Amino acid sequence: MAARLGAALPGAVTRATDEWVEVVPERVQEALRWLRDSEEFDAAQLSDLTAVDRHTHFEVVYHLQSLDLNHQVVVKAIVGDHEAPALPSAYPVYKGALLQEREVYDLMGIRFADHPDLRRLFLWEGFPGHPLRKDFLGIGGGQTSGLRRFPNEDRADPDRQMNRDNLTSQEMPREAGGHGSEHVASGGH
Amino acid sequence: MATTSDAANDTANEPYVLNIGPQHPSTHGVFRLRVVMDGEVIRDLDMIVGYLHRSMEKLAEERTYTQNIPFTDRADYLAAMSNNLGLCLAVERLAGVEVPERASYLRVIFAELQRIASHAMANGTLVSDAGAWQTPLLYMFREREKILDLFEMTCGARLTTNYMRIGGVAFDPPPEFWPALQELVDELPARIDEYASLVQDSEIFLARTRNVGVITAADAINGSLVGPALRGSGVPWDLRKAEPYCVYDRMEFEVPVGRHGDVYDRFMVRMEETRQSTAIIKQAMAQIPGGPHKTDIPLALRPPAGEVYGRVEGPRGELGFYLVSDGTPAPYRFHIRAPSLINLSLLREMAVGVSLPDAVVALGSLDIIVGDIDR
Repeated sequence: MAARLGAALPGAVTRATDEWVEVVPERVQEALRWLRDSEEFDAAQLSDLTAVDRHTHFEVVYHLQSLDLNHQVVVKAIVGDHEAPALPSAYPVYKGALLQEREVYDLMGIRFADHPDLRRLFLWEGFPGHPLRKDFLGIGGGQTSGLRRFPNEDRADPDRQMNRDNLTSQEMPREAGGHGSEHVASGGH
Repeated sequence: MATTSDAANDTANEPYVLNIGPQHPSTHGVFRLRVVMDGEVIRDLDMIVGYLHRSMEKLAEERTYTQNIPFTDRADYLAAMSNNLGLCLAVERLAGVEVPERASYLRVIFAELQRIASHAMANGTLVSDAGAWQTPLLYMFREREKILDLFEMTCGARLTTNYMRIGGVAFDPPPEFWPALQELVDELPARIDEYASLVQDSEIFLARTRNVGVITAADAINGSLVGPALRGSGVPWDLRKAEPYCVYDRMEFEVPVGRHGDVYDRFMVRMEETRQSTAIIKQAMAQIPGGPHKTDIPLALRPPAGEVYGRVEGPRGELGFYLVSDGTPAPYRFHIRAPSLINLSLLREMAVGVSLPDAVVALGSLDIIVGDIDR
């Protein structure tokens, strides 16, 4: 698919794997339109539009679906500007992007140019920040958000036989092989 | 007198803003519409959501995959089983977990029971929106009640079931479950016919739903509509057929579609789907093998780094889970593709230019669950 898309829109594809194709963010609308209209891919429906915060950049992920050919096409746009991310809207191609882009804007703070009604969706105008960003409400002490270890992973008695029958609700068993004394307070991985 | 009449005429031509909700029976939850009206006709519509926003996607990043299953109950609280199933299938694909055959059959049985219960609620409230206040709704609650009893008997909860697990289901149903289920599927077809006879030929119901809220097939596809909202417009798209999961490839069932894409067609698609679900449950009961209901997985499940988009056909359509793992016990990104939210993409286009009562019925026919919209 990457080869066909790259041939049709020279310079638009930056990278491709077996599962998805990455396109230049400025040309994502063009790429989506081509995929929708091409007979070979027939990506008639935008199933899902979302974004992932990778600390230094954002990935905007489009899951496209062909209803006639029953296959899925995954397109990603890597938006490098973490401070003020922006890319063209998919709404002119898929009306189904209307609320999904508002959601991404609200929770991730990515702006979609040409969106007819880009406002916050769940939170109110003036809400400080965008909650799904990884740096929202930064945690002190060099920690980053996320769960690196299981709760009480190394507080449990190592000799005690851990299985489903004798677990208390406060305890999770240590993983097979154990994870040593790696500690959350030391800053995760 | 002449002066007052002139003043009345002046205001009659002036659009006014009408606020519906957040607490209003026609909005099916804590959902607000801000409507600009010109007389009885809608000129503009804006939906205001977020009253139930709990930021599940953020909370999920601090919890293990198993700890996230109860969140899915609370996303779409009328389809907890289907939501559990969607997450479990996605995690199983991400972590490479095999599911015993018996568990797959149990998942199909519970997901289809959930579909019947959810469609009964959707159609019952739609009939309420159309003016038949409460009576048909309570008829449709009757069988839903029996389904919730079956859930309670199996997992102790009626609404937020938290029944599915990564690698299977939490419990094998108790012995008294099977006779009760048999009794239910035996009487369901006659009950569904009874509901249908209550409303489907009623002149008032037809007048309120025929040619109201029409969505063309092309618009439905382009607007990312899924589930009965898409099939009502005549598009035979059902993930249980297109991408069979669990054991749906061994089941014989039809995908009902509408012809006109109006409210009535979406209502009838749901009605017919409950008949098909009953047939699926009967087949699953006949085929279900013995054996374990759950595979043992490490409680400390750390899926390899990667991503997956797992999806199921929930009562409201495609319910997707986009999970990104970085090898830690919790997902790096946990996104729910919520059918209730995305099915509202065309709401404004449907509502502008029609009368307010028609817009209320059109909204009801999309079957939104506010917990699913807001998450």
